[in-house]
Amino acid sequence: MPVESVFPQLEPMLPLVRKPVQYVGGEVNSTVKDWDDTDVRWALLYPDAYEVGQPNQGVAILYEVLNEQPGVLAERTYSVWPDLEAKMRAAGVPQFTVDAHRPVGAFDVLGVSFSTELGYTNLLTALDLAGIPLLAADRAIEHPIVLGGGHASFNPEPIADFLDAVVIGDGEEAVLTITRIVRAWKAAGCPDGRDGLLLAFAATGGVYVPRFYDVEYQPDGRIERVVPNRPGVPASVRKHTLLDLDAWPYPKAPVVPVAETVHERYSVEIFRGCTRGCRFCQAGMITRPVRERSISTIGKMVETGLRSTGFSEVGLLSLSSADHSEINEIAVDLADCYEGSNVGLSLPSTRVDAFNITLADELSRNGKRSGLTFAPEGGSERMRKVINKMVTEEDLIRTVTTAYSSGWRQVKLYFMCGLPTETDEDVLAVADLAKKVVAAGRAATGRKDIRCTVSIGGFVPKPHTPFQWAAQCPAEVVDDRLHKLGAALRGDRTYGKSVGFRYHEGTPSMIEGLLSRGDRRVGQVILAAWRDGARFDGWGEYFSFARWTAACAQALAGTPVDLGWYTTRERDYGEVLPWDHLDAGLDRDWLWEDWRSAVAPEGAGEVEDCRWTPCYECGVCPAMGTEIQTGPTGDRLDGRRLLPVLATNGR
Amino acid sequence: MSVDQNGGKPVTNTHLLVRYAKRGKMRFASHLDVARAFERGVRRAGLPIAYSAGFTPHPKISYAGGAPTGVASEAEYLSLALTSKVEADAVRDRLNAALPDGIDVIAVTEDSGGLPASRLTASEWRVVLSGLAPESAVPIVQEFLALTEAPVERLTSKGMRRMDARAAVASLSVEGPDASDDMGGTVLRMVVRHTAPAVRPDDVLNALRDVSDVVPAESKLIIRLEQGSLGESGVVRL
Repeated sequence: MPVESVFPQLEPMLPLVRKPVQYVGGEVNSTVKDWDDTDVRWALLYPDAYEVGQPNQGVAILYEVLNEQPGVLAERTYSVWPDLEAKMRAAGVPQFTVDAHRPVGAFDVLGVSFSTELGYTNLLTALDLAGIPLLAADRAIEHPIVLGGGHASFNPEPIADFLDAVVIGDGEEAVLTITRIVRAWKAAGCPDGRDGLLLAFAATGGVYVPRFYDVEYQPDGRIERVVPNRPGVPASVRKHTLLDLDAWPYPKAPVVPVAETVHERYSVEIFRGCTRGCRFCQAGMITRPVRERSISTIGKMVETGLRSTGFSEVGLLSLSSADHSEINEIAVDLADCYEGSNVGLSLPSTRVDAFNITLADELSRNGKRSGLTFAPEGGSERMRKVINKMVTEEDLIRTVTTAYSSGWRQVKLYFMCGLPTETDEDVLAVADLAKKVVAAGRAATGRKDIRCTVSIGGFVPKPHTPFQWAAQCPAEVVDDRLHKLGAALRGDRTYGKSVGFRYHEGTPSMIEGLLSRGDRRVGQVILAAWRDGARFDGWGEYFSFARWTAACAQALAGTPVDLGWYTTRERDYGEVLPWDHLDAGLDRDWLWEDWRSAVAPEGAGEVEDCRWTPCYECGVCPAMGTEIQTGPTGDRLDGRRLLPVLATNGR
Repeated sequence: MSVDQNGGKPVTNTHLLVRYAKRGKMRFASHLDVARAFERGVRRAGLPIAYSAGFTPHPKISYAGGAPTGVASEAEYLSLALTSKVEADAVRDRLNAALPDGIDVIAVTEDSGGLPASRLTASEWRVVLSGLAPESAVPIVQEFLALTEAPVERLTSKGMRRMDARAAVASLSVEGPDASDDMGGTVLRMVVRHTAPAVRPDDVLNALRDVSDVVPAESKLIIRLEQGSLGESGVVRL
């Protein structure tokens, strides 16, 4: 039975809402398939506005992987802003996909990508608008399977009540496995209903079905244990790891938005994973090991990607792009290939100590010079040792000198505040660093218009990292240190105008902390906050700390736990953590030793990168059956072959 | 002749005038959205677009004032410069293959005249109103046309602007009932001069509402049908 588009009902609302183009679809490279020609249908939700969700690399990859399959349909859906939400509720228009404006409730699977925990309330809005019961337990056979993924899903417990299933790790192969299971289940007449399908998922060992696990608590509020409540369900669920990125060259032809979005470029992931070992970094811990894409595949992807999209910027994406074993060759060869075509290159994530003059030259050779951002994260050398981000002041000064000498007038520096063992002095050291950066820039160029922007926010301890046991720094301490830093930066007239200062207040970080390390009891907090109107919590103009503290007080009343218990409390070795039954491959003892080493009274120990030193036994490769996949390959890109595919400026 | 950004070498550019439409869902694209779509479209189409000189080169595409967000159009214009000659019809076909459906190139002509305000002095619009019968609309339109002035206000990016909707309207008529509307509706046709600040069809609707509040606050659909110079019998296509 065909599913009707809701666009006729939506259309009269569009002239009355902000930026209506984000809701109309029809973008170049978007895919619309006949409903009746397919038997497994996915709606992919990014629980934030289109302008943020559309450029998301994960959704872009899965959208293509799924739509390439015969008989499979995948459409995208995003959070609607409150102005449209109100009109949709008034007129009874359901959550829709932007591709064919089909009601989300009609799909087999609603896949939700969680990059950040602050999207959880937007999940509830989307479910509610879709007519899908908020609680997984209330859903019936006609409702989609609500499936979570993305980095935040490595601790899905706070939203466990709202999700039917969760996949942790790389999605490319997992979505195909799930598609096969759904197809077989539907073809067999949906045996044993919804539970039959979920059991088939769980039996793979790689799909977590929260309702198949019971959580028991101790009288003091800590978790006693998490155990499967039926046979055929594994005690712990494994993450997925894609090996051989060259075999999965996605996205090949990503959607080209008509609306303005946060990243407007063709992004190619040059490697996945990071083993630098920064102790705060969840992404680096849960995506191990490093798997590089080869320079040849990167070249081919950029060629087809630019041709299919018309973008004029190429983003070389990864957790630390300058660490690719052939990054210089990639940058030089791509700049050669696109010489004269006004295609710019950008490295969105660059380590201070891996940036070099070659990269500086190649990033600025063609097209527009993109911004340069480095993340020392800690202001003092001592702090950077605690977090195992072994970047020295000399590294930073050398790097910014290179950048300023190569024509950049501004660099951005990212820091965190509230790290374990941090004192006021560690944060005030950021001001000294920023001044030295500006001084180095002035000395290198002889110019006065050198700028350095300091961006700093509160640190949130994350699951599956050595800091998962740490006490989060209270918001008032973070705010106090940030105000002192601001005063120190503004107080010096010699540098006052050259140093920009951007900071994020501590309170949103507390809620992010609650949602990051929470357990299933936090689900009721999310529900209470959402019922009270919480939406778009990642957006300053919508976030309300008072609403969240009220929701905590209401939903956690009568329990031994509260907001502080989840956030500012240090955990000990023996405590069962809410995500212990989700296996990212990291050896728990290794994480614990690394945590103790970070805060050792005699000074933090250093962990080196296993790409260049012997294995330091984090446990991932043996547990997951994976291996480091790095070059160099020795291959080069042929500029003469690539050049004709793009318009040139006539030279 | 213009100067290439990288060597001072003179380059002869081919200038093309592009007439395009903004249809269906794409009428919700803003002027900037359309501009981005064209910049990517010319790249996807592999057209040898010329770039401006300077630190951040931009593709040489210039746009006539676009129809407002939410308003459809059959008569939008832009001009672009190519560094080598490509046949006009081939440019049209290649662009249409490269642009999203709904941003549709209608015609491409070689024309180096650019898009000065003097070439585009008026537009003809079709405005569909629901909940208003043509026989009710006729006297309201007649009353409006009899006015000597019809001041209206609109909040623009430059603040609240006041303009005379009557002075900008060269002609306004009730075309007939809206056949697609079961509830009864009216189609208006109007020719509006391009003024500064611009008087838009919704400004004219506001002026009609000042005549009689039975005129609905929102139109169902507005389409720019033609754009060019104002002649004796209406808008003469550019």
